[in-house]
Parts: sequence; structure tokens; C-alpha cells
Amino acid sequence: MKARIHITLKKGVLDPQGKAIAKALSHLGFVGVEEVRQGKYIEIDLAGSDTQTARAGLDAMCAQLLANTVIENYSIELDA
Amino acid sequence: MNSCVIVFPGSNCDRDVAVALEASSGTRPRMIWHGDSELPACDLIVLPGGFSHGDYLRSGAMAARAPIMRAVVAKAKAGTPVLGLCNGFQILTEAGLLPGALMRNAGLKFICRDVFLRVENNYTLFTRGYGPGQVVRIPISHHDGNYFADSATLNRLEDTGRVAFRYCAADGLINADANPNGSLNNIAGILNETGNVLGMMPHPERLISHELGGSDGRAMFDALTALVQCA
Repeated sequence: MKARIHITLKKGVLDPQGKAIAKALSHLGFVGVEEVRQGKYIEIDLAGSDTQTARAGLDAMCAQLLANTVIENYSIELDA
Repeated sequence: MNSCVIVFPGSNCDRDVAVALEASSGTRPRMIWHGDSELPACDLIVLPGGFSHGDYLRSGAMAARAPIMRAVVAKAKAGTPVLGLCNGFQILTEAGLLPGALMRNAGLKFICRDVFLRVENNYTLFTRGYGPGQVVRIPISHHDGNYFADSATLNRLEDTGRVAFRYCAADGLINADANPNGSLNNIAGILNETGNVLGMMPHPERLISHELGGSDGRAMFDALTALVQCA
């Protein structure tokens, strides 16, 4: 199974890198960019085929290491 | 004083802080590798500055899950003083020993220069060598020192005297111009609830004698040494 994990900054947490990217996009002439938020994307290949067990494991991985839940949210997609 | 300095792959201020501890106490600290799982009996644990594990994932994230950290957390909870400097502060937040998080500097630049700090609480194991509100000059050297905590946590820290140091101007004034990295409330260092864990982004171990350009950091190590000799 392949898991795709997106980690994003929580609402209200300042993202200076996102702001710098938005500025660079405007320097390139792209118009209409209202806000950019930068995050992380992690792929994990998992053994086994039980999606429920996999999901519980991935949730624990995110909470314990992959995301810092003080500042970040995470979402998990799982391809069986 | 028996102190332990934890060494992670990528620590680079471990020897600096060992020199500072030995200068104040006369005793060389034990250097403990991150892969060990037990700590010897000690009066102080220091998590040094550096770039443990190359700052992969988040600064301090990998180091906080190293085998030795279980022992560090257990000792901290049992009351052993723990000092985290720079990357050590990041590791303490990642390990859950201190609240909040250290994010990318608001100006996105790595900053390496001396800053002024105001001692906000000098009734602590670490800061009692300083006067109340004393302004000290200490270097910072970091990319991720922008302290963030949710407003409830921030209020709790402020209301209970757990902000140990704040970035300030030379005259002690706290304002946005004196804030190098965007930290909320100009916070440079905080304490845990029981006052035995201090995390700070600045590097007191780098200014312990006039030959190094200043000695404002020395009082912290002298205070920690004196504490143990009294005990």
C-alpha cells in the first residue's frame, strides 16, 4: 500500500516562506495569487493489506514524528 | 558538579558548552552519545546547539526521538535541571518538555550576531546570577528561532513567570525592532512548569570570557555550579 501524507501549517500560524513564494510569483508576473502556504508531502510504502491497521499506524506516525501538531495539521491518503 | 552534555550527530556547540561548564565548575562534563539509552547520575543535563540530523523534517525532530531522550525526559520529570541551548531548545519543544515550537525566522535568513536580552525572571536555577531586568549581550546563531505558541499557552507562560529571556534593545526596551526572528512577545527563552528545564535560542556558552569578546554568558554556568555545591 502507498500512503500519501500532506502536512500543512495550521490556520493562524504565520508562513514567511509562503509569503516569499507569493512575492516571487508576483515578480514573475503571475496575477491573482492571493495567498501561498507551503507544506510538506511524504510518501510511505507499507507492507500488508489491511487499510484500517495501516491508517491507525499512519495516524500514530504523524502524531509522533511526521507532523508537529503544535503548528501543523496532517492528512492521510491511502491507496490499497 | 556532575553534568552531562548530550551529543547528537550534527551537534556543534557540545564542546563549547563543555568548556563553559568546566570553566565554572572545575569538572569536565560527561559527553553522552545520543544512541545510548542510560544516563549516569548527574546534577545537570545540557542539550547543546548545532544542527542535529541536519535539521531533517524539522529542527530537533529526529534528535527528540533519539534513544537517550527517554532517559532525559525521565530525569527532567524527576527534577534534574535540563538546559537546552539553540538546537537544544528546539529538541526540548519537539520532545514535549517545553511548550510551543520554533519556526523559520520571520525574515527567512540565518542570523548570526550578538543580540541584547532582558532577564525577565531571575528567580530560576539558571538565571539567579543576573539582576532583575538586567540586559545582557549574547550571540544568536540560528535559522529556526521564531518562537510560536497558541495564545492560551502564551498567556500561561506570561502569567506564571516562565519567560526567562526576551530580545530587547541595548537599553532594555522590548519592541519589534529588537526582535531578530519574529518570536511571539520577543521570547528568547522559556521555562517548564516546575522551573527545572530552560530552553533558549541564544548561546551563553559562547561568551564566557573577555578573550571570547564578552562574559555575559558566564553567570548562567556559575549559578548552576553554585547551586549544586550548596545542595
